Amino acid sequence: MRRAALIASPWVVIVLVWYAIAYSGLVNPALIPTPHAVAAQFWEQLVHARLPRDILMSTQRVLLGVVCGITVAVPVGFVLGWYPSIRAFIDPLINFFRALPPIALIPLVVVYFGIGEIAKVVILFYASFFAGVIVMYEGIAQISPIYVRVARTLGATDAELFRKVVVPLAVPHMLTALRVALGVAWATLVASELIAAQQGLGALIQNAASFFQLDIIYVGIICIGLIALAMDLCLRAVGNRLVSWQERIA
Amino acid sequence: MTSAPSPPRIAFDRVSLEYPGRNGAPPVRVVDDVSYAIRQGEFVSVIGPSGCGKTTMMNMVAGFVRPSAGAVTLDGKSIDGPGPDRGVIFQEYGVFPWLSVRDNIAFGLTLGANRAAAAERDAIVERYMRLMGLADFADAYPKTLSGGMRQRLAIARAYAVRPEFLLMDEPFGALDAQTRSAMQDLLLDVLATERKTVMLITHSVEEAVYLSSRIIVMTARPTRIREIVDVPFGYPRDESLHEAPEFGELRSHIRDLVMQEYAAQARQSQPTT
Repeated sequence: MRRAALIASPWVVIVLVWYAIAYSGLVNPALIPTPHAVAAQFWEQLVHARLPRDILMSTQRVLLGVVCGITVAVPVGFVLGWYPSIRAFIDPLINFFRALPPIALIPLVVVYFGIGEIAKVVILFYASFFAGVIVMYEGIAQISPIYVRVARTLGATDAELFRKVVVPLAVPHMLTALRVALGVAWATLVASELIAAQQGLGALIQNAASFFQLDIIYVGIICIGLIALAMDLCLRAVGNRLVSWQERIA
Repeated sequence: MTSAPSPPRIAFDRVSLEYPGRNGAPPVRVVDDVSYAIRQGEFVSVIGPSGCGKTTMMNMVAGFVRPSAGAVTLDGKSIDGPGPDRGVIFQEYGVFPWLSVRDNIAFGLTLGANRAAAAERDAIVERYMRLMGLADFADAYPKTLSGGMRQRLAIARAYAVRPEFLLMDEPFGALDAQTRSAMQDLLLDVLATERKTVMLITHSVEEAVYLSSRIIVMTARPTRIREIVDVPFGYPRDESLHEAPEFGELRSHIRDLVMQEYAAQARQSQPTT
């Protein structure tokens, strides 16, 4: 009971602060919809309008982009982490492309991939891959050499070393890469849905913005936050079991 | 001690090791023209000042590093890499954190090089778990184990693949005095059950005299052999050996040699005017 109260309390505080700001007169009331107005709009959108479809489309795109991005990032990360000469060669390229904001790439993506689903997922793939690959290769490169030595003195071949030592040690990094990529992908979602999306949470926000419907904008943003949080919590729950052997400070 | 000398197994033949100098500096010679042999069944301790290069010598036997000159051989053949015939116990334990105690010990037996039937594998793991006093912790993970227990786990894991040689690099260095003493006695007990040829790198003169049949005292860097001392006490040994006057004499003698080398090392690092 006490724990539930502890978890709920920051949210309660935020809602109270929200009310306080809305009714304080500090900001023009037309610019801040009240929490109950947003809640009402949320209900409206959910039951009578497009929200379920938007949630489905956005979640689908994020999942697809992240899954593809991480599926490529893991093996690439392994290779870059294990072979320092290859990494020295590729590292500047990776850092260059990672620094590019996905928004800047949209015009090019539209030219090369059109304005369909593929284009949107490409942007999300791009963001997820570059976020994930760095986590992976740093993780692999940081594997303590002592485990490799121990395995060799017990008679491990290179293949056994990889399967039985490197992979288990890489699992925590794969989980971190996934979490980071998910976060980056949700953040990039709105940018990716700029590519002429009709449906999706980013599209919902864009549309509402052009009609100055602030309450719908709030609904969209809060939805994105809640879904991203839910995904992260699931991932952490799965992850905690897979890495329960780790000695951690947190 | 045996009446006839047992055959030499591991030989250092005029071995030197140099690391290339950085930024155009001349190469650093770590090991300088060292020659000796380790015989079957011996317990050889290598002792000397910190950083003199004794771990490097063990690394050459383990196969982690090759000499720049001369040869380190096993039964006449050059050692070119690590293998399950030479088990290594590291100072930092190196127990696999993602595996339980049981799975750590079984690890070597799951490798192709040590193919053992599944039934036999369980029996082997049980045996070494018991021998090392870890049976109550079979399903525990290393993060819940103390330093002494982790080192016992490392030893059990190394023993499970039945190596002929045991190479130990300051294995008890990170442990407190009581645990260290207990581990030394445990090691002697296990060796009495299953004889191995042991090379131990240590700082502790006490430990070297208590455990070994032969002590090699090394000089400061670049390391050479200062003196080789035969330890006249037989096996099995127990704690009472510490009280014997001969033990004290031998310990003093070795300590003097080591202290002289420490002093030589200190002089080396002082700037010359």
